[in-house]
Amino acid sequence: MSAKKAKKSSGKKATKKPALKPVSNSESNPTVEELRRLYRDMLLIRRFEEKAGQLYGMGLIGGFCHLYIGQEAVVTGITSVQEKQDTVVTSYRDHAHMLACGMDPKGIMAELTGRIDGYSRGKGGSMHMFSKEENFFGGHGIVGAGTAIGTGLGFAHKYKGDKGVAVAYMGDGASNQGQVAECYNMAALWDLPVLFVIENNQYGMGTSVSRSSAGQLYKRGEGYGIPGEQVDGMDVFAVQAAARQALDYIRTGNGPYVLEVMTYRYRGHSMSDPAKYRTKDEVNSFKEERDPIAHVKDMMADMGIDEAELKAVDKEIKEIVNEAATFSQKSPEPDEFELWTDVLVET
Amino acid sequence: MPTNILMPALSPTMTEGNLAKWLKAEGDAVEAGDVIAEIETDKATMEVEAVDEGVIGKILIAEGTEGVAVNSPIAVLLEDGESADDIGDVPSAPAPVAESAAEAPVSVSPSEAAQVEGKAIENRDILYAQGAVLEPPPFDEASFTDMAEITVREALRDAMAEEMRSDKTVYLMGEEVAEYQGAYKVSQGLLGEFGDKRVIDTPITEHGFAGIAVGSAMNGLKPIVEFMTWNFGMQAMDHIINSAAKTLYMAGGKLGCPIVFRGPNGAASRVGAQHSQCYASWYGHIPGLKVVAPWSGADAKGLMKAAIRDPNPIIFLENEMLYGETHSVPTSEDFAIPLGRAKIEREGSDVTIVAFSIMVGKALQAAEKLAEQGIDAEVINLRTIRPLDRYTILESVKKTNRIVTCEEGWAFSGIGAEIAALIGEHAFDYLDAPLVRVAAADVPMPYAANLEALALPQMDEIVHAARKVCYAD
Repeated sequence: MSAKKAKKSSGKKATKKPALKPVSNSESNPTVEELRRLYRDMLLIRRFEEKAGQLYGMGLIGGFCHLYIGQEAVVTGITSVQEKQDTVVTSYRDHAHMLACGMDPKGIMAELTGRIDGYSRGKGGSMHMFSKEENFFGGHGIVGAGTAIGTGLGFAHKYKGDKGVAVAYMGDGASNQGQVAECYNMAALWDLPVLFVIENNQYGMGTSVSRSSAGQLYKRGEGYGIPGEQVDGMDVFAVQAAARQALDYIRTGNGPYVLEVMTYRYRGHSMSDPAKYRTKDEVNSFKEERDPIAHVKDMMADMGIDEAELKAVDKEIKEIVNEAATFSQKSPEPDEFELWTDVLVET
Repeated sequence: MPTNILMPALSPTMTEGNLAKWLKAEGDAVEAGDVIAEIETDKATMEVEAVDEGVIGKILIAEGTEGVAVNSPIAVLLEDGESADDIGDVPSAPAPVAESAAEAPVSVSPSEAAQVEGKAIENRDILYAQGAVLEPPPFDEASFTDMAEITVREALRDAMAEEMRSDKTVYLMGEEVAEYQGAYKVSQGLLGEFGDKRVIDTPITEHGFAGIAVGSAMNGLKPIVEFMTWNFGMQAMDHIINSAAKTLYMAGGKLGCPIVFRGPNGAASRVGAQHSQCYASWYGHIPGLKVVAPWSGADAKGLMKAAIRDPNPIIFLENEMLYGETHSVPTSEDFAIPLGRAKIEREGSDVTIVAFSIMVGKALQAAEKLAEQGIDAEVINLRTIRPLDRYTILESVKKTNRIVTCEEGWAFSGIGAEIAALIGEHAFDYLDAPLVRVAAADVPMPYAANLEALALPQMDEIVHAARKVCYAD
């Protein structure tokens, strides 16, 4: 391609983008099968995180450990409408994203305990696991960095022409990082296939969104021409519907999209956070009235699903998690020689 | 089977806490996630949640108890159908599961680890990480005989073009690299040949596009990222270090980041403090990076080709003052100089002068001047800062017994300091005089022409330093 031609094609197109309808409420009529799957996927996350919390309490998991309890509908809903070639990247509250991507709970838990059978051979820890096989690119401990990496995953999808979409999760806190604005600009400029997901759990560590963020987070892409939408993140079907529309929009070549998913974490920011910046009433109101798993459970009851069947799912999940916990303690610590490996790819 | 509920640790440093309050009584049913007690640590009061469902069979530690050790049982949980009578000999579950039998761990210090033998010993990078001094792999540079007289600027461009032709995943991204043809014209002609899909103008947004390039490298591409100068690369440092350099290690070797970050480094001419800085020691400090600093046109071409082919993140430090210099450069597309290998640019027997980038030229000029004064200097062009070719430096010092290091950056924690440590550790007994460092004055770069010249290390200082270590004055 000549420089002249290149100039022409790089000029900003005036393609008309499709009109989007607001998806604020659950509009789907899920099948029993789908309900069961979503219930199972969310329950796996919750039970896994509870177990991780327990192992942390026993001193088997060290350092930082950020639990996803309360936010299960977000990653479960979005992942359920992704395609196989799509890639995912997130921040440090990442165990759930790995489980949702299909990574093995045993390998995740063993990484949490710092053992050789962990996804990163015990060298990454809670915030640093990756799986090329499952298209999961971390796990990043630097707030906002995952957004740029996710935009780069999308860049590669477009470059390779593989029809993939990069799903880049960030928290409400990360959305204030300068590089997020930088990436909105480039993703829009280059029509990159990136779904920016803001998991707004209402607190960046101990600072509420109202004390940290001007305006509305889902509107922050508007100046770049990126459509944004706020969705109820305690309702897995609302998340699903919004993600489906967003992914269709992106996959048909329209460029990026911002989804602000309103959610809530029941636990502190990390294990050592007593969460004194919010009231017990506030936490309990979410737990009691808006729990995403209870919501699906109620729907299943309404559809006449036998409680015994739910118990069977509970039992299966409990076994998976217990197996992971046992595995994560039986697996040995990495050999001391592992200290020296994987610094560079040998050439 | 009844299970014990244990006193949890709520931070990595907690060893004991106070049991402030029970929120459940004996006989109460609990579900996973229910708050059952409050405990106090030295920092805060925290809630303890149930992990399993069941009935509180017995409370073992009364509320108000202080100094309860982490992992000691505080209550007994009964499953469906069990009663308090079942609390006989409660197993310490969920106590930690024993590790599979493994040999008792042996503490290995870095120096001992360097002696470990076996398959891994073949990995040069591991040996390098352990501080081993190894003879670099052979490279027959003299076998490349077809030469062209081209500038350093053209050599860099040719290297990128050749690699882009042979590997479709290689692309170039940066400010003004495409339509403007490069702020310093290094990417001249690339847009015309490869198009705007592979030669990409970015907005002025170093942090963002460095992160995007890293993400694309993780997802199968091989980016070359141009920073208009390395001074602006500081905006992107988090992605270079935290995202690019550390990922392979954090992923246990399962995900890497093949990427080249390149651009002019060091002082140009009269551009002031914010645009005149050498980053060799900054990036040389980081395990997980390779740091390259070419001097000649052949260096520029051969090292750039090797850098693009390398599966690791590479910091490629060019120099604006050298872009226009013309050298003989091998024309072969196979001319890739192995990283980690220094080049002896001039053999000598009296003193070793180690330099990289623009200082190599000054060192060679100094060597000529020294020759007129009867001192035979050996000049080593490092070519790669990390991994440093320790072997070539040490062998030279063992021969000359005297060494001067040259760099355009500051001396403090600089490359010269690293080489001084190397000599101290491995060739102390060979030295006939203390090492001397030639480096920039320890001040931000001034603008005034006379002050800038004073701040930068000059050829005469190298001559003076060499005479000093030779006790010639």
